[in-house]
Amino acid sequence: MQDIGEAFRLALSLVLSGDADLFEIVGLSLQVSLSATLIACAIGLPVGALVAVSRFRGRGAVLVLINALMGLPPVVVGLLVYLYLSRSGPLGFLGLLYTPGAMIVAQTILIVPIVAALSRQVLEDLHGEYAEQFRSLCLTRWQSITTLLWDGRYALMTVGLAGFGRAAAEVGAVIIVGGNIDHLTRVMTTAIALETSKGDLPLALALGIILLVIALGVNAGVQMLRMSAARQASLGAAHV
Amino acid sequence: MSDLSDLRMTDAVRIPRRRAAYAPSLPLLPLRVSGLRLDIAQGALLDGVELTLPRHGCTVIMGPNGAGKSILLKLLHGLLAPSAGSVSWNGLPATEATARQALVFQKPVLLRRSVAANLDFVLKARGGDRARRDALLADVGLAHKARQPARSLSGGEAQRLALARALATDPEVLFLDEPTASLDPASVQVIERIVGEACARGTRIVFVTHDIGQARRIADDVVFLHRGRVAEHSAAAEFFPEPQSQAARDYLAGRIVL
Repeated sequence: MQDIGEAFRLALSLVLSGDADLFEIVGLSLQVSLSATLIACAIGLPVGALVAVSRFRGRGAVLVLINALMGLPPVVVGLLVYLYLSRSGPLGFLGLLYTPGAMIVAQTILIVPIVAALSRQVLEDLHGEYAEQFRSLCLTRWQSITTLLWDGRYALMTVGLAGFGRAAAEVGAVIIVGGNIDHLTRVMTTAIALETSKGDLPLALALGIILLVIALGVNAGVQMLRMSAARQASLGAAHV
Repeated sequence: MSDLSDLRMTDAVRIPRRRAAYAPSLPLLPLRVSGLRLDIAQGALLDGVELTLPRHGCTVIMGPNGAGKSILLKLLHGLLAPSAGSVSWNGLPATEATARQALVFQKPVLLRRSVAANLDFVLKARGGDRARRDALLADVGLAHKARQPARSLSGGEAQRLALARALATDPEVLFLDEPTASLDPASVQVIERIVGEACARGTRIVFVTHDIGQARRIADDVVFLHRGRVAEHSAAAEFFPEPQSQAARDYLAGRIVL
């Protein structure tokens, strides 16, 4: 319990002192996780929408697969990405291993299934409401998908947040492909793992508290954006 | 709710999406329906419907709950595939005529956008002139609510928007599935006026209603459905004073028709 009190004090002093190393780690964490979230949304949302509006043989198996992939073990993903990006691997020529780029790739792979599965559920419910109208209007599949993505945008923000949460909290994959190199690939979670292994528990806890605050801040920011957009829409200013 | 509108069709009776040519070469009418049947696991919803609709006018489909009125509309519009029989729009199957028709559902399905954006969406999707939007909104009395979210409209306003959206596609045939159910008299009047004007411009109207007074006001001919079959199809001037079927007589007299 003493550690927790000290951790709060340490976290506060780190933030207030403007510790350059800390802000570098925080900045890289945000850069990696937000990039991975954006890329995962760019891939996962259309996939989720496509599955939501499509009926095909084997769809059930695809749903099971996407849902199962939500539970991908990060260390397994890290290992696979490591094998592909290592010098002797098929993508070794990219020179991404032990760079933030490799960490973004690993986190993207981890959260694409989350974004796809959750958006599929959200958009399938919406499509249930719109389907007959879409067919009456003879919309193409592409028109249906883009319409669903736009009309489901507020709910999909929450899906993006779920993906970001997974990315920001992830340590297993990024430590394998990033290597936790100081001033290069060290992020909050790998720094916490390092300090814990060194026995500096107050510092590890302090970093954990800061990570939680960042996650809360991002969530609050998106929530405010969502509420503001919804309020604007209800006042009639949005998307005329 | 419409009697069968909440029925969830199985994939077996859904039809694949098909895009028909928008540029008509021949008129869609007359419509010929022959031996139309739709089965679900619990039995037949429609059973041997025979129907011919001439080129012009307003046909009202009436009948007790469960008679198959909404299902018939969806079959005619190509949203459902029949188990047996055929729908021929001047030789075209129903699925190839869908793009030249529009359907106003009893519960309007509006996009989560502004009133104007709902119309823009359809005009863009169907290659219509987006400059028509303001005129359409004015026509249904919603010009002052153009920037308001469509989902915040009242029931009558939402149905008027759905009607404007349907008319934005310039349909040759306009289906309306109990569009005025649970609306106030003023909204009913507006919708009847718009539908009447569309009919006068040459749009073929197929209108489902339970409201006998409304049917008297707008119908040129009446199709009376009972237990999934056409019990009677006659000119409105003949149907209301002298219905030929017992079911229609009971219905018009306010007696329970099972």
